[in-house]
Amino acid sequence: MAKAEAAGWGSRVGLILAMAGNAVGLGNFLRFPVQAVENGGGAFIIPYLVCFLLMGIPLLFIEWSVGRFGGRGGNHSTPFILDSMDKRKFWKYIGVFGIFTNIAVAAYYCYLESWTLSYVYHSVVDTFSGSTQAQVAGHFNNYVGLNSMEPIIFWILCLLLNTWILSRGLSGGVEKAAKIGMPLLLIFGAFLAYKSITISAGENGAIFDGLAGLDFLWTPKFDTIWEPKVWLAAAGQIFFTLSIGMGSIQCYASYIRSKDDVALNAMSAGWMNGFVEVVLGSSVIIPIAIGYFGIDGLKELLSQGGGLGLGFKTLPYLFEQWGGILGLVAGVAWFGLLFFAGVTSSLAMGTPVMGFLQDEFNWKQTTSAWMFGAVVFVLGLPTVLFFGYGVFDEYDFWAGTVSLVIFAFVETVLFAWIFGINRGWKEITDGADIKVPVIFKFIIKFVTPVLLGWVLINSIPGIWDTLSHKASNEKIEYYHDKDAIQKSFVEQDSLLRLKEDFKPEYLEDSYTDKELDANREVSISTYFLLKKQKQTMSLLNDSEQADKLVKEETKTKLFKNLSRALLLGIWLLIAYFVYVAYKKRLKEGRN
Amino acid sequence: MSTGALLMMIITQGVFVLVTGYFFYRVLVSKPKEEPDSFSENDDVPR
Repeated sequence: MAKAEAAGWGSRVGLILAMAGNAVGLGNFLRFPVQAVENGGGAFIIPYLVCFLLMGIPLLFIEWSVGRFGGRGGNHSTPFILDSMDKRKFWKYIGVFGIFTNIAVAAYYCYLESWTLSYVYHSVVDTFSGSTQAQVAGHFNNYVGLNSMEPIIFWILCLLLNTWILSRGLSGGVEKAAKIGMPLLLIFGAFLAYKSITISAGENGAIFDGLAGLDFLWTPKFDTIWEPKVWLAAAGQIFFTLSIGMGSIQCYASYIRSKDDVALNAMSAGWMNGFVEVVLGSSVIIPIAIGYFGIDGLKELLSQGGGLGLGFKTLPYLFEQWGGILGLVAGVAWFGLLFFAGVTSSLAMGTPVMGFLQDEFNWKQTTSAWMFGAVVFVLGLPTVLFFGYGVFDEYDFWAGTVSLVIFAFVETVLFAWIFGINRGWKEITDGADIKVPVIFKFIIKFVTPVLLGWVLINSIPGIWDTLSHKASNEKIEYYHDKDAIQKSFVEQDSLLRLKEDFKPEYLEDSYTDKELDANREVSISTYFLLKKQKQTMSLLNDSEQADKLVKEETKTKLFKNLSRALLLGIWLLIAYFVYVAYKKRLKEGRN
Repeated sequence: MSTGALLMMIITQGVFVLVTGYFFYRVLVSKPKEEPDSFSENDDVPR
């Protein structure tokens, strides 16, 4: 018997919490609200719900039932789960995506997770007390710029924690972590949501009520729902929020016996993720940010770094405004919540790799967990050391975006058209504790593959732009174009002069960056504009500055190319191990 | 808050709270399958 078969879940609630924890990630709090405000406000929920019903739920049914089906044959990772679904030999190499994605995403995700751990620490020791907004934002920039060893220490701590939990197995590690992490996440989320929406204008430096943020987020702009980009954003959000197309759901479900339910479990975990996203996720960062900066300030902040920038560069400063113990508790709750959301997801990324090593090479649970930790360390090192050169984003794009869509599309076609929808439907409904509406049989066969194909086709221009370094090339072109720089200077200047807190002296050479960072009269949106304007001025006045920036951008392109080569190499290496495992199976008469 | 925003928020969040609650309730009240099932905590004899 393959060793992974001996593992299993302790309880059904534990399984659901682990599955929901796998889905609930940092994106529920940092990505969803930003997507909503940028794509029609309250009206965004219409394409979001439609995509959830036509793509999210069908894929949850598919992945849970495919996992349980694979587990019946002693397979706990996608290469040999997919292999068992059809007699053709190439499916196991499609299944490589289900291991590759988990390793590559864990490589950068654990680093992101370690930021939250570090910020919990800084909230406890009150690092941000008395800091200006610019200094809090600067702390983050220094952190990812590796100005100290701290990021590496927290990253290694985070990796060790993940590995240790994984080495305790499913019921003894992953499930226990989910049973602790998920309830705490809900408590922290509810506390922060309550505090955010009850912000009152004029209290603790707030200029608007928190409700103004909810109003901005939920006001439906119905004319936007006819725009394809809004639908694409909704489909993308459903994809990333449910952790579908990764191979981790199949792995968790492969430890469920044939007679046990998958349909109700899938619904419960999927809707729980939706609850965290739509109810809690929408009620924290937007109400707080609008309460303190207004709508224009929020837009400026989002343009500077999206939800991630808002969460790490701005929120610690705003919690400080709440003062004393409340500010400390809010900081711990916010970063603690993000940590629990992150760790329950990264644990799910480890299990398919461990399942593969245990099933195919008879590795022990502990050894395979440490091997996963070691691989994530090696592959994650470039994202830590060269964060500023776009390595982190490159991993996120290829492993955390493109791979998911490709794998989910192929897996759906395999399930509905090759494995066969009748057999597939039986897998979904066998042992089900709910009656699954028969309409989903039609949706899984026709609607979901078409929708996924549409998402895939629409991703092609973005893939091409990334592949050809469009953004870097545009920047290089800009650095060489004096007219364009002059034009930016004029535009930024006119924007700055509209700001009430702007003074011309801030742009003088004698006014240092340090003085600007410490200036309490400068709001964060004006601060970012001033920084941009100072850079534009140095481009105009210093002839060597443009060459320096071009060199940096060229270096970024090189690092991005190296990241791609590394990721491709990892994919091929996993495919090789799958080939070796296949040969081993043949030799042992297991295939 | 404007009426449109309030309605949108209450309806959407209400749907998510109710449906999530309903499915989780169904999980809690569903009868366990005959042993051996997938879960070790309800075993008479520890695995």
